[in-house]
Amino acid sequence: MTRRPHERPDAGLAARICLQRGALRVDLELAVLAGEVVALVGPNGAGKSTVLRALAGLLPLQQGRTMLGSMIMDDVDAGIREPSHRRPVGVVFQDYLLFPHLSVLDNVAFGPRATGASRHDAREKARQALRRVGAAELSTLRPGRISGGQAQRVALARALATDPQLLLLDEPLAALDARTRLMVRGELRRHLADFAGATLVITHDPVDAAVLADRLVVIESGSVVQTGTPTEVARRPRTEYVARLVGLNLMTGTGHGHRVDVAGGGVVHVAAHSEGEMYVAFRPAAVSLFTKRPEGSPRNLWQGRISGLEPHGEGVRVEIGALHLGASILAEVTQAAVADLGLRPGSTVWAGVKASDVEVYPR
Amino acid sequence: MRARLLRRLFAALTATVLLLGCGAQPKSSVPPAGAGQPATGVIVVLAAASLTEAFQRIGAAFQTSHPGTKINFSFGSSATLAAQIIQGAPADVFAAANEPTMKTVTDHGLAPAAQIFATNTLQIAVPAGNPGGVSGLHDFADASKRIALCAEQVPCGQAAQTIFERAGISPRPDTLESDVKAALQKVRLNEVDAALVYRTDVIAAGADVEGIDFDESATAVNRYPICAVSDSANPLTARAFVDYVVGPDGQAVLSKAGFGSP
Amino acid sequence: METRQRHRERVLLGKVPWLLAAPALLALLFLILPLLGLLIRAPWPDAWQVITDDQAVQALRLSLITATVSMLIAMVLGVPLAWLLARSGLPGLGVLRALITVPLVLPPVVGGVALFTILGRSGLLGRPLFELTGFAFPFTPYAVVLAQVFVALPYLVLSVEGALRTADSRYEEAAATLGARPMTVFSRVTLPLIGPGVAAGAVLAWARALGEFGATITFAGNFPGTTRTMPLEVYLALETDPGAALMLSVLLLAVSVLVLVLLRDRWVNRW
Repeated sequence: MTRRPHERPDAGLAARICLQRGALRVDLELAVLAGEVVALVGPNGAGKSTVLRALAGLLPLQQGRTMLGSMIMDDVDAGIREPSHRRPVGVVFQDYLLFPHLSVLDNVAFGPRATGASRHDAREKARQALRRVGAAELSTLRPGRISGGQAQRVALARALATDPQLLLLDEPLAALDARTRLMVRGELRRHLADFAGATLVITHDPVDAAVLADRLVVIESGSVVQTGTPTEVARRPRTEYVARLVGLNLMTGTGHGHRVDVAGGGVVHVAAHSEGEMYVAFRPAAVSLFTKRPEGSPRNLWQGRISGLEPHGEGVRVEIGALHLGASILAEVTQAAVADLGLRPGSTVWAGVKASDVEVYPR
Repeated sequence: MRARLLRRLFAALTATVLLLGCGAQPKSSVPPAGAGQPATGVIVVLAAASLTEAFQRIGAAFQTSHPGTKINFSFGSSATLAAQIIQGAPADVFAAANEPTMKTVTDHGLAPAAQIFATNTLQIAVPAGNPGGVSGLHDFADASKRIALCAEQVPCGQAAQTIFERAGISPRPDTLESDVKAALQKVRLNEVDAALVYRTDVIAAGADVEGIDFDESATAVNRYPICAVSDSANPLTARAFVDYVVGPDGQAVLSKAGFGSP
Repeated sequence: METRQRHRERVLLGKVPWLLAAPALLALLFLILPLLGLLIRAPWPDAWQVITDDQAVQALRLSLITATVSMLIAMVLGVPLAWLLARSGLPGLGVLRALITVPLVLPPVVGGVALFTILGRSGLLGRPLFELTGFAFPFTPYAVVLAQVFVALPYLVLSVEGALRTADSRYEEAAATLGARPMTVFSRVTLPLIGPGVAAGAVLAWARALGEFGATITFAGNFPGTTRTMPLEVYLALETDPGAALMLSVLLLAVSVLVLVLLRDRWVNRW
């Protein structure tokens, strides 16, 4: 993905974060350019919230250093730790945490007021911020009286009203129902695009990440396992978790020209030339199913037994324990195909994938 | 009439329970049929708080000289004890700190023959070493001195009021205590320079408190009446105890505690 | 929203299990019956005379003033202490919390003596004060307030600490990320959030101060106009005129209930 015009490499976040939280050891490096939106993606307990809290100054580092532009926020070796209130960091918390005792306007004016603005100026700033997110009409309401989607906008306005250089969003859409989520997601993307500072979005939802972020950083068990644009990550996952997240079949193996010997014992034929330790990945939709061995067969053909079926979008996801691969693969077929072929758990099927549909990339 | 009966029953029951609690005592608590029999069994003595130390001593001596008797004391404010007797609390002997209180019991027909067994007079109490330099009753009119008196609602306050009136002194107290022990406590803690309390209290307070005599004390003499309660479940022993208090042995103990003879 | 909540409460009340209802009713009776006894036995024909008596009016005024001042002092000192207990994470807080409850278990008279040992004319701090200025706390209205604060403070601290513990501290974190310094966080977020808890604590403290007897009569003494509060007036009246004592108790109860009801609507039902 190309950089946006206002991206400035010198004004972003550069962090190395090391700390122990219970059984979890977080140790990772993270860089977010000004104007860039990075999504921090990972399973529950991977350390996403820990990273957010450390950057917001709510958790002390045990090792490492965080810099925002020219400002050192943490430097354990130098004994520096700026308290939360002195960091130019805005946070949108998962359940928004709008102060229940203040009106929407005063919630947004809280930051400017706390940092020294007069009551009048703070409210003026709050009005602007609310207008920007299209929530001006909520000004006089108490947070208890507004909807989840509205609260999300107000929380964003509140975080932006302090003119932060780093914006942290913790699962910004998780508290919303599916319909609101769809609407707010697009809206949030526009607001983030307008923001000049660095943005780090924490999410476990691949669609949220893909829509909101320019770049993904995937972490598991406290370490970065993959980074790249949403497209790169979606096409070439590097861990089982990411593959499942983006809905791809992923295997590891050793490349020998146009064939890869996969770890489970089988062989996958690929179009591209490969040599050495490789990943192979293919979309479930690229898998064709047959009840009899097909003629004019595709390069990859594996016999297996169906272990499960579940509806997925318009079609059906079929999980097949493939006999010659030592792994199970996912296929995606139409409802009609399921009926025509009489697919049910336990049925024996042939699964075929064209070599040209298999992505192969080095480990 | 029925209430009276019930009360007697209750008293007897209590006495029995107390007896059982004591184990080795002879078990007769039934009123004896005729005179001449020795005092025995349990009696309950209600006595004014100021009599606490003296009566405990007298009680111990009485039980030694009258084997088979057992005295249970209950000390408290005279007014409270009188109210308890009138409400029907089991009691065999009542000793009050003043005559009006005894009169409330007499008026209910419960104390037929009260007799005075001791007197008490007021004394100036000062903290050990007399830091306030108090020399007599006139110091109570000195606003620069810290003074505690009893409130006029309680007996020691009434006595003090009489004394100041007779002496023509207008006291300037800083506090009017609800009872004599509270007034004495302030002296003991050196929070006041002087208080007017009973001579017996000064003696009981020991080394922390010094007493200063004054002539006018004779103008307010507090007289302590005692009687066997007419409801007594054990009138023989009750009578014997009253006689003992009034007699030479009891008087010796009272005198040592600072009480005067009637 | 409010009506919905009320509705839900009513629905719940419709099916209170008797295992809860029976003891609850008993508790209610236990609390109300003595009060009723007081009302029945009070000599109503003398009511006007008793409650307009100069000494009674004086005592009531002193009680209301000292209890209110004590409550304010308890709030100013107690809320920060509660915050320290709930939020600071300092070591030894368990011991501290236990110490704070001491005035609750200490017989108030003993509390009064304890105050003497520190603040009396011969007390640890009281003696230098007396020698320097000639001022001593005992037998002054200040002593009344000190005695009341001593016994009332734990109620406020415990109830505010409870409110702080149940309050969501993430709001405080949110405020910090918005640039608020710790003191601003406390005054603009923590305090408003625990408002009902502080109000409840203040009411408890006020009530406890109003009824305070033992520590007051010990440490402050008893003199009309300066230290004789309503409970002391009642106690003394018991010696000579039990009827008047009942009437005065009813007066004290009526005034305190009136104040609490008025405050309740202003304070407790905020949001």
